[in-house]
Amino acid sequence: MGLQAIFFYLFAFVAVASAFMVISAKNPVHSVLFLILVFFNAAGLFLLTGAEFLAMILLVVYIGAVAVLFLFVVMMLDIDFAELRSGVLQYAPVGILIGLIVAAELIVVIGGSVLTPDAARSITMPIPNPAERTNTAALGDVLYTNYVYFFQIAGLVLLVAMIGAIVLTLRHRENIKRQDISKQVARTPATAVEVVKVKPGQGV
Amino acid sequence: MDSFFSIYLWPGLIMVAQSLLLLVCLLVFIAYILLADRKIWAAVQLRRGPNVVGPFGLFQSFADLLKFVFKEPIIPAGANKGVFLLAPLVSVTLALATWAVIPLNDNWVIANINVGILYVFAISSLEVYGIIMSGWASNSKYPFLGALRSAAQMVSYEVSIGFVIVTVLLCVGSLNLSDIVYAQKDGLGTMVGLPNSFLDWHWLSLFPMFVIFFISGLAETNRPPFDLPEAESELVAGYMVEYSSAPYMMLMLGEYAAILLICSLTTILFLGGWLPPLDIAVLNWVPGIIWFVLKGSFVFFLFAMVKAFVPRYRYDQLMRLGWKVFLPLSLAMVIITAFVLKLTGWA
Repeated sequence: MGLQAIFFYLFAFVAVASAFMVISAKNPVHSVLFLILVFFNAAGLFLLTGAEFLAMILLVVYIGAVAVLFLFVVMMLDIDFAELRSGVLQYAPVGILIGLIVAAELIVVIGGSVLTPDAARSITMPIPNPAERTNTAALGDVLYTNYVYFFQIAGLVLLVAMIGAIVLTLRHRENIKRQDISKQVARTPATAVEVVKVKPGQGV
Repeated sequence: MDSFFSIYLWPGLIMVAQSLLLLVCLLVFIAYILLADRKIWAAVQLRRGPNVVGPFGLFQSFADLLKFVFKEPIIPAGANKGVFLLAPLVSVTLALATWAVIPLNDNWVIANINVGILYVFAISSLEVYGIIMSGWASNSKYPFLGALRSAAQMVSYEVSIGFVIVTVLLCVGSLNLSDIVYAQKDGLGTMVGLPNSFLDWHWLSLFPMFVIFFISGLAETNRPPFDLPEAESELVAGYMVEYSSAPYMMLMLGEYAAILLICSLTTILFLGGWLPPLDIAVLNWVPGIIWFVLKGSFVFFLFAMVKAFVPRYRYDQLMRLGWKVFLPLSLAMVIITAFVLKLTGWA
């Protein structure tokens, strides 16, 4: 049992334990914080398998951006804990069903790779030797050559989703003062200042 | 047993010793950076700054440290105690953890990993949690407002920092921080006939990105003029309002460690890391670490001067700058750089 195994069990144990805490914590903000811990440990597990690029992207995207927004929303919402607790059992059947489906899929994947270890290799790209090619470069080799159209389409789908979200939430309210920088910069004394000759005792 | 010693224990001990050495140097450096910050600020305003403790006030930061440590930590009754105490720890740990991959000199780095720059980017994007957690756990209005401001601000400016890093990576072709420094050995300076000089570094060839990175770095570390999360005229001290004694000190420490990190990152990405500014024998004899510290200190001097000169931004102006100015500009620069590199065949 090497150092790798020790770290694997450490990350795996903390990940599973904090995943359990996500659903059992009383305070939703604590739940999100535990979720962040799960992501963090998952990144550690990625590192152990040598997928350093995926580990860092997981940190940047999920913890650095997605979870921040989660936390943001959960902190802003006024959640009634008692009401939330009371309805837990009615969702149990759905949860159990989803759990069963995931478990079945895991059994198929793991069982498949145990029975026929070469099956995955026949449909995936050959994996280069990690000593010669870093996995950042290896991912780029595949993503930007063979799968460049799929990559572009994925980007377009995200763009459409983004524009949709903006269109749904954008509203221009009346009577709101906005700063127009170009207008401010374009102001000259001629348009902004008026010199008035005021006669004594009369005012403007 | 012998192999256990040679494989795990000895390298482990060396790594621990290196980390301790780096941390101690870093903390002492932070103490003097804090003092320098106050002194520069004072000098701009024609004041003397701290000058009582030690000669020229040189021991001021250590006096502050003792004061922080010996005062009573007060935890508000309504606070979420666990998260309240965890937040300063998170902020200081993350800020210090990034230093593991920063190369201070040729081969002077604790962990020389392939994805160094991504690691720095990832960990510094986590620093926002220290602020959000402290703001939320304080269970008070000003800290919460500060935390919300800070979360939006840091996430916004991370985007342009990301694009700046991408342009540098396009020029370098590696995510390793040492490789980024090596790549600055030849560049524009070599083309005009001054090889191995300061003209080779990325600050000249990627000048717009250098400016964007510097300003985004100010926003990312909540430095003035972007210190809205702790704007004293509006929020007293923002997310730090409810903190006292050692936890407060740790929040400050985390903040300054993050500032130093941005300074050294600017040094590595744009100012040639530990490379001497000119290829002259006398300058080449100076150890690389000295160049690194000098360049980092220079960037910090700029940070301190900006704090003294520039009035604070309004929040909508801050968001406008991040999303409407820096994001399109850095995006355009990524595309232009990629085209130039491809067409000229420099990369």
